[in-house]
Amino acid sequence: MGVTPKLGELGVVTTRLEDAVNWARTRAMWPMLFGLACCAIEMMSTQASNYDMSRFGMELMRPSPRQSDLMIVAGRVTRKMAPVLRQLYDQMPEPKWVLSMGDCASCGGVFNNYAIVQGVDEIVPVDVYVAGCPPRPEQLIHGIITLHERIKQERIADWA
Amino acid sequence: MTKLDPIEALQAAFGDAIEDVSTFRGDTTVVVSAAKIADIGRYCLQTEGLEYNLLSDVTGIDYYPQEPRFAVAYHLYSLPHNRSLRLKVYLPGDDPVVPSVTPVWPTANWFEREIYDLLGVTFTDHPDLRRILMPEGWDGHPLRKDYPLGYETVQFSFNFDEVDRHKPYAKE
Amino acid sequence: MSVQEETVWQGDVEKLRGLVSDRALSGETMVLNMGPQHPSTHGVLRLLLELDGEDIVNCIPDIGFLHTGIEKNMEAKRYEQSITMTDRMDYLNPLGNNLAYCLAMEKLIELDVPPRAQVIRVLLAELTRINSHLVWLGTHALDIGAMSVFLYCFREREKILDIFEMVSGQRMMSTYFRPGGLWRDVPEEFEPAVRDFIDYFPAKVDDYEKLLSNNPIWLDRTQGIGFISAEDAIALGCTGPTLRGSGVNWDIRKALPYSGYEQFDFEVPLGVHGDVYDRYIIRIEEMRQSLRIVEQAIDNLPGGLFRSNNRKYVPPPRAELGHSMEAVIHHFKLWTEGFRPPKGEVYVRVESPRGELGCFLASDGSPRPWRVRFRTPSFVHLSALPHMAKGHLIADLVGIIGSVDIVLGDCDR
Repeated sequence: MGVTPKLGELGVVTTRLEDAVNWARTRAMWPMLFGLACCAIEMMSTQASNYDMSRFGMELMRPSPRQSDLMIVAGRVTRKMAPVLRQLYDQMPEPKWVLSMGDCASCGGVFNNYAIVQGVDEIVPVDVYVAGCPPRPEQLIHGIITLHERIKQERIADWA
Repeated sequence: MTKLDPIEALQAAFGDAIEDVSTFRGDTTVVVSAAKIADIGRYCLQTEGLEYNLLSDVTGIDYYPQEPRFAVAYHLYSLPHNRSLRLKVYLPGDDPVVPSVTPVWPTANWFEREIYDLLGVTFTDHPDLRRILMPEGWDGHPLRKDYPLGYETVQFSFNFDEVDRHKPYAKE
Repeated sequence: MSVQEETVWQGDVEKLRGLVSDRALSGETMVLNMGPQHPSTHGVLRLLLELDGEDIVNCIPDIGFLHTGIEKNMEAKRYEQSITMTDRMDYLNPLGNNLAYCLAMEKLIELDVPPRAQVIRVLLAELTRINSHLVWLGTHALDIGAMSVFLYCFREREKILDIFEMVSGQRMMSTYFRPGGLWRDVPEEFEPAVRDFIDYFPAKVDDYEKLLSNNPIWLDRTQGIGFISAEDAIALGCTGPTLRGSGVNWDIRKALPYSGYEQFDFEVPLGVHGDVYDRYIIRIEEMRQSLRIVEQAIDNLPGGLFRSNNRKYVPPPRAELGHSMEAVIHHFKLWTEGFRPPKGEVYVRVESPRGELGCFLASDGSPRPWRVRFRTPSFVHLSALPHMAKGHLIADLVGIIGSVDIVLGDCDR
């Protein structure tokens, strides 16, 4: 934003609409509480005391897809889980983003077999991939910040 | 507390139904006739001096292409006597059917469902024999040796474009 | 990929005939779907609940949403290669799973483990137990409504993860055990870090107890809930804290000691009532006892080899490769072909934080296992869940699920 507010006297702030909207979207992006496997435990660590994701306006995990903006696919997706995952994605309101956390969700990881979907991008469109098995909380935070940076680049013309 | 020798007791009670006894690395395996497994299980549970009251595990093994192809192994443990025993039955490949031990040990319920799901062994007198791990309507039994692993070509930089052409990508 | 539409139940009660009571078919009771995406099912567990008002008449668990095919995948790999897979099964107890698999391999090939490796294994396995119980306590309390315990538990857990990272380079999936010993020796800073933790942790367990044990809300939500009698617990195959909560004194570390547990002095806490509260108290006490084992282990840490010298099964150290032709041959054989165990079948039990973890290994004499099977405690406990849940209110169900400590990766494999 172009203007630094002065103490006590805010005055007039000018900014572009899309910047304001993007800022609002990145500062209160509620992830869906959607843990699948091992990565979910690291996702919980990211939420907990030492890493504290609420610094990025994400302290609120929504258990319901209807209230969430970001789906963090944390863990391996099985063939049995795939339709459920797609249904949850369809239930999320626009705008929505998907972050694929960990190797299993990104590409199948070490489990290259009959039961595991080789990459969650076969089921839902993915915005950011985070590597690692499981990724450290720092890596997940980096992935989320990367997503924020991407959202800040969005333009009104693209929304239409 | 009296303690019976399980092999002697089983051989005395069931005779020919006890087909083979072997010990490997301290684990005793008793191969029994498949039709008698529920009776033998009940005997192991209820006889004073044996009391194998905890059924630790039931597992199925596929010995393809040998015949008899399938085996089901029951790992029993006796809490009062602190010892374990493995019962094993062999089943033919074309029609693997074995009586369920769920009436004897209720914990066998899900173990047997899992074997039915992954190996295709049928358990008679089972209260609720459905698939448990794989989705309903899944084709085949994954743990069978003639079922493919389902390996897909991994995408590296040298074959990126080739795999990318076949890979399904989801739409919005 | 083939999407199996019918996995998502569309609300047709007629399909559940035989599983639910007749009252559900006539519409007198309601069938409710809980999960697989639900905050308190600890993963992707799905429960079909038949409810009369708020009372649970029937509870039908549906699992398999995390079935990973680990057993099948392990058959396609050499013995040593699949150790990484075992970590990802029960992801709160990665080193315990390593231990079960390595013990099974060692039993199969009759490989001795040097004392130093055994003590470090016990030490790390007990730290893993504390780690697992901390996650359990945090999430269990969160389910019942105590948010702050979660934050405290994860703060302490980070200290344990730092120790794991120090020895193996990974926070969670450390894959540190190998047949015959360990991947490599522990670093110098390991001992001070463990001692720091031993000094730091007991006061924290007391804090958790202060927050919960006499908290009237906690007592109301846990006492008398999820009761299971000793006879039923044994018949349904419950093990670990769930069995001991009902007063049955069976801990595999005491009954069938493995990896040198008989050298350690610790107590096995027992419950009386077999309800959620007793299982909670047992796990809290187990954390203290585990810490005692850790303390004894670090005080009596023997020197010497950190893995066996048997070159048929254990690779030689890197330094030897430069001057010993024999070492090069062993190294080459082990990394290209692997070892060939004799034909046979073994079953090994270890005490995981959740109960009996069994590993059944069948070998046909080739470098790849013919069949690997894990008997996992969560699978069995989940099959006992309907027995515990029947007759309780739906709000208590989350407490019961939490109290048997289910990990879905452990359950579905």
